[in-house]
Amino acid sequence: MSAVELEHIVKTYQDGGVTAVKDFSLKVNEGELFGLIGPDGAGKTTIFRILTTLILADSGRASVNGYDVVEDYNEIRKRVGYMPGRFSLYQDLTVAENLHFFATVFKTTIEENYDMIRDIYEQIEPFKDRRAGKLSGGMKQKLALCCALIHKPEVLFLDEPTTGVDAVSRKEFWQMLDQLKKHGITMLVSTPYMDEAVRCDRIALMQQGSILAMDSPEQLVRSFSGKLYQAKSEQKHRLLKDLRKHPQVVDTYSFGEYLHLRTSNDSKEVLEALKQELLVQGHEQLVMEECAPTIEDCFIRLLNQE
Amino acid sequence: MEREKVIYARNLEKRFGDFIAVNKISFEVESGEIFGFLGANGAGKTTAMRMLSGLSIPSSGEALVAGFDVYKFPEKIKQNIGYMSQKFSLYEDLTVRENIHFFSGIYGLSKQEIERRGKEMIEKLGLEKEADKLVRDLPLGWKQKLAFSVAILHEPKLVFLDEPTSGVDPVTRRQFWDLIYDASDKGITVFITTHYMDEAEYCDRISIMVDGVIEAMDSPFKLKQHFGVTSMDEVFQILARQAKRSDN
Amino acid sequence: MKQLRAFIAKEFYHVFRDHKTLLLLFGLPIVQIILFGFALSTEVKNSNIAILDRSKDDASREIIHKIASSDYFEIERNIRGHEEILEAFQSGKVRAVVIFEPDFSEHLLRENKAQLQIIADASDVNTATTINNYLTNIVTEYQRELLGATSMPWVIEPEIKMLYNPQLKGEYTFIPGIMAMIMLLVGVMMTSISIVREKELGTMEILLVSPFKPLWIVLAKFAPYVIISILNVTAILLLSYFFLELPVKGSLFLLYVESLLFILTSLSLGLLISVLSKTQQTAMFISLMATMLPTLLLSGFMFPIENMPMPLQVISNIVPSKWFFIIVKSIMIKGLGIEAVWKETLILAGMTLLLFVISLRKFKIRLE
Repeated sequence: MSAVELEHIVKTYQDGGVTAVKDFSLKVNEGELFGLIGPDGAGKTTIFRILTTLILADSGRASVNGYDVVEDYNEIRKRVGYMPGRFSLYQDLTVAENLHFFATVFKTTIEENYDMIRDIYEQIEPFKDRRAGKLSGGMKQKLALCCALIHKPEVLFLDEPTTGVDAVSRKEFWQMLDQLKKHGITMLVSTPYMDEAVRCDRIALMQQGSILAMDSPEQLVRSFSGKLYQAKSEQKHRLLKDLRKHPQVVDTYSFGEYLHLRTSNDSKEVLEALKQELLVQGHEQLVMEECAPTIEDCFIRLLNQE
Repeated sequence: MEREKVIYARNLEKRFGDFIAVNKISFEVESGEIFGFLGANGAGKTTAMRMLSGLSIPSSGEALVAGFDVYKFPEKIKQNIGYMSQKFSLYEDLTVRENIHFFSGIYGLSKQEIERRGKEMIEKLGLEKEADKLVRDLPLGWKQKLAFSVAILHEPKLVFLDEPTSGVDPVTRRQFWDLIYDASDKGITVFITTHYMDEAEYCDRISIMVDGVIEAMDSPFKLKQHFGVTSMDEVFQILARQAKRSDN
Repeated sequence: MKQLRAFIAKEFYHVFRDHKTLLLLFGLPIVQIILFGFALSTEVKNSNIAILDRSKDDASREIIHKIASSDYFEIERNIRGHEEILEAFQSGKVRAVVIFEPDFSEHLLRENKAQLQIIADASDVNTATTINNYLTNIVTEYQRELLGATSMPWVIEPEIKMLYNPQLKGEYTFIPGIMAMIMLLVGVMMTSISIVREKELGTMEILLVSPFKPLWIVLAKFAPYVIISILNVTAILLLSYFFLELPVKGSLFLLYVESLLFILTSLSLGLLISVLSKTQQTAMFISLMATMLPTLLLSGFMFPIENMPMPLQVISNIVPSKWFFIIVKSIMIKGLGIEAVWKETLILAGMTLLLFVISLRKFKIRLE
């Protein structure tokens, strides 16, 4: 049995005017850390709300741990943890009060499930008497995660937990999710940050309500056909413009300190010719070499194929 | 020849009671530069940006923005800068055209100028078909591109961009950066914050704030060299992990 | 049960940590009482009047003395002839002129019939009426004393007794009105806002994705406002007792029971509004429209319902505050018991039940 199952889910808003999710099918295995990767508007939140029984799909079927999201919504509500996209705790209650409140609402106590949240809670415990509204972004995130975990959910839904959080806190957050995997919780996480995709067991790349690709991050990267090159020179912005104009260059875009590009044919000769031309055009310190593609490269390629 | 300084800050400080949000920072940004302003949550970035954009009076120190003193001429500063944040930059319930007209109106452009620049912008962004649609019906990426174009419509000397690409897809994010480069080529100074570390690499210079202090400031290349690492992400991790103030 | 307790505790934290709103909640009744007590009171105090005494005998002097010594009037001037009456009014200082015809005393004693004329400035109708009533009262009282002294059994006392409110004190009717308004404001607005705030904040999402029952969310939301409203009722009653010298004539217990019923009506109405609104502003706006206007216009508190056109009289029946207003007036001022207000009580209870059931059924278990 899959922990999470979606079959041909369709969801529109404004009486069919806006399609949020179209014919969406997905299976998440038990104990898996599954990532929905995509920008705002890809339909990630809609998927979460359907699975947490907050909204009804127009058509299709969905279940969580075997319970149907429509028929057995009460069972699901007992068994899942949910961390919505925006910070959804009581700003005027303290850290401890928030945690205690959510523990009680889920008919448990902090003590009973403390082992579940210990690693995370210890980091915010020094501030347990501080109002939640006064915490920093990273701290709020940790508190929200504690509140979502306090009743030992079987499946945990995390909707963009790292959006708007700095790079250090983001890294810490993913380390926490790694820890949680040891407890055997199934997790469905969404994020707009491509670099976070590699931390998942499997991912679905999403755009405008559809899945562009679904696999393990390693497999997705491996299936990137053809060669990818990275290039840089002193005149970075001009290099981008020059490469875009070049007939042999299929696709080029900036990627950190380098530019990434693909050529129409992956032969060494083409690359050498390209290099020579750029040198003639006055590019200094030119570097051009083959590189390994990342999830972001896969995503960009899929988007450009659309 | 020394280029014009668009931002000049010396020992700029902001206190809230006992709490020192920004602790005597000093830096300069030159005309046409793309300046990345990074820092952990709560490091004091927003406070610093508010002081520089004339929204908040510093507790002490001096700062000139676009040649104007932040204490004496905050209104002059506001006329000479553009501002775009991730959240509240455009009116969602107005159309694309109405937004353009409104924002060029508040910067006092003449009627002909508004018409001309508005038309130019709509063409450049390829929004001809969407010009009379409500902004809320546009995809996020287009909204952000439009918001940026509106922010520099009055050709300011300096534009502040607060996490402009948050939640935008990788292709649109790069198109957004094309707009930034264009603006920079026109001589507009760009002051940008971001949580995407690959975007830090696109900046001419980076400053990284930790606990209210600028811990490092240089070009991405020199910063990486200095810390002996290969990416800005690593530089950021090294510096931001020292933060003691993650609790504010 | 433990869940409900935790939820109620949370609601109290919200209320007590929002100092500004709390101040408003308790400041409101006090400010309203003072405002209505002084500024908007229909009672007339120290009104300037002028006297034209063309008789200048014992009886007229006696009446003038009574007028002058009452709290209500100040004799601004004495005038000598009819020609000065207009001038007195035009000076803007005089609200009424009392005119004694010549030989007032003689006429009164001999023919048992004397002429006394009151001319009032009717540009302010309410005040003019009140002044008129007060002056008539003073004259009647004088007449009674006179009759008592001479004990002439065949003289019929004129029937100008003011029922329940012999001094025509305006405060008497505005206290029940204010009680209704405050309870509605606190109950309807605060409940609807506090529920809608959870929707806006996103916490409603988490609460819905939990085994917590909607009915319990509602009950927990009610708890703090029931207590605040009861405290407000007490504050109003204490203020009216000490500040306006108006005791509760009927049963205090009954008054509290009826108030509790009305509080529940307000809370149910607030709940219904919260179900219908998406933002706090909408909730606030609907609450104001649903409480302030009907209470001010259609409850009988400011304007007598009997004088309204028929359609408005019919509509006023669905305004809960109308019934509460009648109940409080009966208990507090007339000193009547449940036997006099059972009908109104039943209507109010019916309305409460209806509102509560409708809103609970409309309370969504999902986001849309």
